Amino acid sequence: MRHLLSIEDLDRDAIERIVARAARFAEVSDREIKKVPALRGRMVLNLFYEASTRTRSSFELAAKRLSADVVNFAATGSSVEKGESLKDTVLTLSAHKPDAIVLRTPWAGAAELVSGWCSAAIVNAGDGKHEHPTQALLDVYTLRERLGAIDGASIWIVGDVAHSRVARSNIIAFQRMGASVTVAGPPTLIPRGIEALGCDVRYTLAELASADVVYALRMQRERMSETWVPSLREYAAWYQLNAGRLTPRQVLMHPGPVNRGVELSGEVLDSPQAAVTAQVEAGVVVRMAVLYELLAGASAPSPRRRGRQIAPASDRARTGPGAELSDAEGVPDAAIFGMQDGA
Amino acid sequence: MTDALAYQPCTPADVLLRDVRVLDPRAGLDARYDVRVRGGLVAELAAPETLRADPGEELLEGRGCLLVPAFFDPHVHLRTPGQEHKEDICTGTSAAAAGGFAGVLAMPNTDPVLDSAPLLRSLGEAATRQARVPVGFLAAITRGLQGEQLTEMAELREAGALGFTDDGRPVQSAGMLRKALQYQRLCGGVIALHEEDTTLSRDGTMHEGPVSAALGVSGIPTLSESTMVARDAALAGYEDARVHFQHLSCSASVEAVAGAKARGWRVSAEVTPHHLLLTDEHVRGMDTRMKMHPPLASEQDRRALIEGLRAGTIDCVATDHAPHAREEKEVPFEQAPMGTTGLETAFAALYTGLVESGELPLELLVQRMTAGAQLFGLPAPTIAQGQLANMTLIDLDASWIAGEHGWHSRSASCCFAGRRLRGRVMLTFAAGGIVHREQALSPVAVA
Repeated sequence: MRHLLSIEDLDRDAIERIVARAARFAEVSDREIKKVPALRGRMVLNLFYEASTRTRSSFELAAKRLSADVVNFAATGSSVEKGESLKDTVLTLSAHKPDAIVLRTPWAGAAELVSGWCSAAIVNAGDGKHEHPTQALLDVYTLRERLGAIDGASIWIVGDVAHSRVARSNIIAFQRMGASVTVAGPPTLIPRGIEALGCDVRYTLAELASADVVYALRMQRERMSETWVPSLREYAAWYQLNAGRLTPRQVLMHPGPVNRGVELSGEVLDSPQAAVTAQVEAGVVVRMAVLYELLAGASAPSPRRRGRQIAPASDRARTGPGAELSDAEGVPDAAIFGMQDGA
Repeated sequence: MTDALAYQPCTPADVLLRDVRVLDPRAGLDARYDVRVRGGLVAELAAPETLRADPGEELLEGRGCLLVPAFFDPHVHLRTPGQEHKEDICTGTSAAAAGGFAGVLAMPNTDPVLDSAPLLRSLGEAATRQARVPVGFLAAITRGLQGEQLTEMAELREAGALGFTDDGRPVQSAGMLRKALQYQRLCGGVIALHEEDTTLSRDGTMHEGPVSAALGVSGIPTLSESTMVARDAALAGYEDARVHFQHLSCSASVEAVAGAKARGWRVSAEVTPHHLLLTDEHVRGMDTRMKMHPPLASEQDRRALIEGLRAGTIDCVATDHAPHAREEKEVPFEQAPMGTTGLETAFAALYTGLVESGELPLELLVQRMTAGAQLFGLPAPTIAQGQLANMTLIDLDASWIAGEHGWHSRSASCCFAGRRLRGRVMLTFAAGGIVHREQALSPVAVA
């Protein structure tokens, strides 16, 4: 895997591989010293054209836990405000030779465009209303932890689908993992033609009881330059996920940040069925797995290294830590996690 | 072409084209001839291989290449004045010549907007020094394209405007447009309409449908165009006005035009090569060259446009040649300006896509690519003895990759770039002079 631009680029096997590696990384977060040397000496550049706290900090934490160097570049207060184009910003920052660029922009397709301008691995951390593939991966990871398997699950994605990159990535990812997906929301916020992605469409929550998982989307007030619903009050009356609409067995998810009292009621958000904090936790380990996959993983899989291969510690010492941890399937856990490698 | 068009005078051609296939749908010609051009006029059409070059005359072996009346494009953006970094009169008309066009109409959405007679006169004067092929100008319907106050249409007509359009910033108010249609009774001139209800198209950047839903890009519903076509056709009918619908993009618009024509209303319509050949599926890669106004629509719309062109509901092909600078298009899709160039690829793209595939007869394509002139009150280009040479020599067998050797236009942003096309314009005569010649076409001899 060279870049992560769209969840479309990942087949089920690739998603499984990333999720499985994330599960192994989860242990690192529980250590006293939350760091492994897998990406030591690598540089990850966070290039964010939109305000973001959790995605940016999640990527930053992920990179740091893998011992990569992290540079954060926010568009506000930078040369971008002086009129520098995306291309020139990317070319300029590329001169610092980042190994990966984590890119968040308000424009669909920007990550793919940037991947053609520089040699770094590009991670799409959200491109306009198009995609947010690491969110989809962390949601798959979270659901796996909760449900065991996603196959056959009925997942409802509720709310502002039109302005949601999370919705698009998750519709694809959940289906790829064997779930059936229904999107529901006010007709003004369901894009015409969305069923071409394979999902069902509902305009009310009347059949919500059939869902195993309910994924609430944020009402994106900052994206709404005009009124899409008569009022948030009326939206809440028809679409808010609350104890009256959800049954306790249904898993409740939300990409955050939540508008408490709008798309979700406080009671369900604070209930055990909500997986929202688990999603945030999953964010770091899944992004570790993605960065690892791109920078140390399957960049050059050679046939002879396929399959599980546990190299003796002495061999690893010869090849050196980090740099030679290449093959996706063949990376010994010890090589990734063992502090002694980096010592 | 006529006095209504401005161009840089060029040396009258003295050429003998030996053994060319002359195809002129209006004259009912489709046969091989030797064609002699002398002093810029078509002097002689004779049986093939019968004429000999006179002294001082250039001899070109046609070897059965196609000679057609030169194309006419009623919709181009020459970006002059104010946006010469995108295109200017010289580069734009060079692109036209390379595409086999001997006449173009330039749109007024320039900076400043072409909405006053002095500006129009100065542009016309500039064209006599810079235009490789004859250029006519459409002036704005409303001042500054603001949709609020009519331009001085009568004075603009006297200064040479062939018609009026607010292309790019369509007239939203029916009442405003009605005034323009009424005023047309005084001043004449075709009123050409870019149809778009901006309350429906809003911030959309592509066709609304499954592809826009999948990409998360705001869509433009086709009814933002078709409802305006229907509205303005009704206005034209009521006022008995002459209206031309620009760049139709969807089946509902074709139906609306057909309905208006069936009622006898004086409407005409154009369609672009890209709307005839591409759909929103081509936007999936978010290539900014595929971003244009109106947006590429569905396959069903595309089929309706082809059928409309074939049936004559759509009168002519127009390229809507809309050049943009490289840096303007080298940005994320939603940020990029709308528009593709089209002059240099129009014939080859349509020939490859519609004629070779058997969907349209060649003579119909030639007719539709030359029909724009008459719609704006200009004589139709024709190949006839005594006429000023306005004709295009095409090698139908030549295969080439669009853009492989660069472009005559200042802009490289062409939706057909990189495609293998068949049908190459070898030679273009405009107003009696040779304005374009493929390098491969070297004279056999100058006697």
